[in-house]
Amino acid sequence: MTSAAEPTPYRNRISYQAGLLGGFATLAAALLAVGDFSTRDSIAERRADDIRASLSQVIPDRLHDNNLLQAPLTLTREGRPVLVYRATQQGQVSAVAYPVNGKGYSGTISIMMGVSAEGEIIGVRVLAHTETPGLGDKIEEKKGDWIFSFNGLSFDNTPDPQWAVKKDGGRFDQFSGATITPRAVVKAVKEGLQFFQAHRQELLDVGNRSESQ
Amino acid sequence: MSANYRAIARDGLWDKNITFAQMLALCPLLAVTGTATNGLGMGLATTAVLVASNLLVASLRGIISEQVRIPVFVVLIASLVTLVDMALNAWLHELYKVLGLFIALIVVNCAVLGRAESFASRNEVIPSMLDGLAIGLGFTLALVMLGMVREILGSGTLFADASLLLGDAFAFLEMTLIPDYKGFLLMILPPGGFLAMGFLLAGKRILDGRLKKRATENLETGEAPANTATAT
Repeated sequence: MTSAAEPTPYRNRISYQAGLLGGFATLAAALLAVGDFSTRDSIAERRADDIRASLSQVIPDRLHDNNLLQAPLTLTREGRPVLVYRATQQGQVSAVAYPVNGKGYSGTISIMMGVSAEGEIIGVRVLAHTETPGLGDKIEEKKGDWIFSFNGLSFDNTPDPQWAVKKDGGRFDQFSGATITPRAVVKAVKEGLQFFQAHRQELLDVGNRSESQ
Repeated sequence: MSANYRAIARDGLWDKNITFAQMLALCPLLAVTGTATNGLGMGLATTAVLVASNLLVASLRGIISEQVRIPVFVVLIASLVTLVDMALNAWLHELYKVLGLFIALIVVNCAVLGRAESFASRNEVIPSMLDGLAIGLGFTLALVMLGMVREILGSGTLFADASLLLGDAFAFLEMTLIPDYKGFLLMILPPGGFLAMGFLLAGKRILDGRLKKRATENLETGEAPANTATAT
């Protein structure tokens, strides 16, 4: 106990400080809860917009009469779930779109690819990457037309050895100063097509509905 | 007190500018200033956090005890940054996609905690908010200047995508200064940020030196040479 001459100011007591910290933590939690509550719907909407925008680039509107975001199919690939968006026309699956990932020069390259029911690539787009600006970023639609070189390809019209950059004996251009990036994209897209072949039945079966619906 | 407002604004914007004079907050500065638009967005987000955190800290300074003030400030700032992060994600999604990670990193921007500790915890609410605004705008100025230099030299444009990020009202800002420019990669990459930063700093020092020289010449005091000698 301190002497009567100098009593401990209440602000120096342990209990006051613990209470203060607890109080502020509670206040912060309440603030964040309110913030989350008021932005959650808009954020979900923005995310859906993003997905819709990337899907519309790989599956043109004329190929479907359904809402692409509705009832995506969940398949497993190498132990990880893959969301497959399906375009249907009069109840028949006309095309599917799903994300694939490539291992680029400086991180993951996230790609969305659209494949027709016949197994032909409709379009490939890079959604996000961290490749070197000016060298590796030519895989972007904005920076060059390289990404369109996949359009119309399938395993029927392009045999396996051609699925590589020219340096490796394949048919795809590499960029001067950046070979790893296009090589990674080609590999990812090729594996994406293999995924399509392996799951063709499931993907095209309209009766097959995702459980997460 | 009111006489200080000019000094607070002047300090924040120029004399004690968080980047050009205090050399703080360099990480976001160099990371997001590939274009002037990104710099502007980041600067305004940081300004919002600074004003709000200074407001909170100044109004609560009476009940925050000396011993636990730092954790309390950190909790407050982290909450504010999270709120800004959610708001940008919901309502300024394009900007959010570009700034992404760096919004959350405003929390470790030493300028924010620094102003809470060194100014807001010792001053009234209104001056503290003004200080937050001045420091924030000073930081925005630094970001936009560096972004402009890097964008013009690096890609030949100015305020590219401003309308996309800030709304159609800002479309007038978009300019292509050098048509058919091949681009100068170095300026867009981080080393270009350091280089441009160095030149801007040197420019400010020279300007400050000239201003000081003129001021001392006007005073015509005998100590003027000694003053400039210690300052350099």
